[in-house]
Amino acid sequence: MGKETTLERYGSKTTAIGRVRGLGSAHGGAHHWLVQRLTAIGNLVLMTFLVVSMALLPAYDYAAMAGWVSQPLVATALALLVISVFWHARLGLQVVIEDYVHTSGNKFAALAALNFVAIGGGVFALVCIARLAFAGAA
Amino acid sequence: MADRPLSPHLQIWKWGPHMLVSILHRATGSGMATVGLGILIWWLAALASGPEAYETFAGVIGSPIGILVLIGLTWAFFNHMSSGLRHFVLDIGAGYEIERNKTGSYVVIAAGVLLTIAFWAVVFLK
Repeated sequence: MGKETTLERYGSKTTAIGRVRGLGSAHGGAHHWLVQRLTAIGNLVLMTFLVVSMALLPAYDYAAMAGWVSQPLVATALALLVISVFWHARLGLQVVIEDYVHTSGNKFAALAALNFVAIGGGVFALVCIARLAFAGAA
Repeated sequence: MADRPLSPHLQIWKWGPHMLVSILHRATGSGMATVGLGILIWWLAALASGPEAYETFAGVIGSPIGILVLIGLTWAFFNHMSSGLRHFVLDIGAGYEIERNKTGSYVVIAAGVLLTIAFWAVVFLK
């Protein structure tokens, strides 16, 4: 019993879920859908922190901004924000590409470029935050 | 690409607020993912590079056009955030009744604009 494959057990018609799996322009999606929501919650919390801080900060000159970012808690929040926001943006733009780019070669190239830009941009932002945080207040 | 029949497109439907919210969610998300993240990276890179680089950044972003772009981005954020919260409501299966759905869509559009005004009021009146 345990060693039987699905094919041997049910014949070639497979299960209902097996017949629909992989269809649609994205060929999958439950995990994408869930991570988009999880990062949305992260964005909601962390962007609220950024927007409220920006509204309330007394000045926007170099000393004020660099001093603010270099605080450990602020740097941590900004690093988490970068991860959450870049991840969410990558997921969102992926759906846009899947909707509007129909030629499979172009779609693959666009999604590859999106991954490189999103991960590259996100890591660069993290390095910038780390540099400010480890240098201490200017 | 398979030569399949296409579903009716935009011009065939009567426009409702939910359609505007839907396309604005995509437009604001795409705008923030490109322009917004570009400015976020520039801001962090300028800060990490030192006062001179930050001066250049602040000069461009602090100009009237820069401020206009920032206002656009904050609106995009507040609109996308309100619209995203509406998505959470729809995700749990609520808010599909026509009247409630319409009202929710109008609330999203209004919240995006009002929060943007509130944010810039705090910044400018500080």
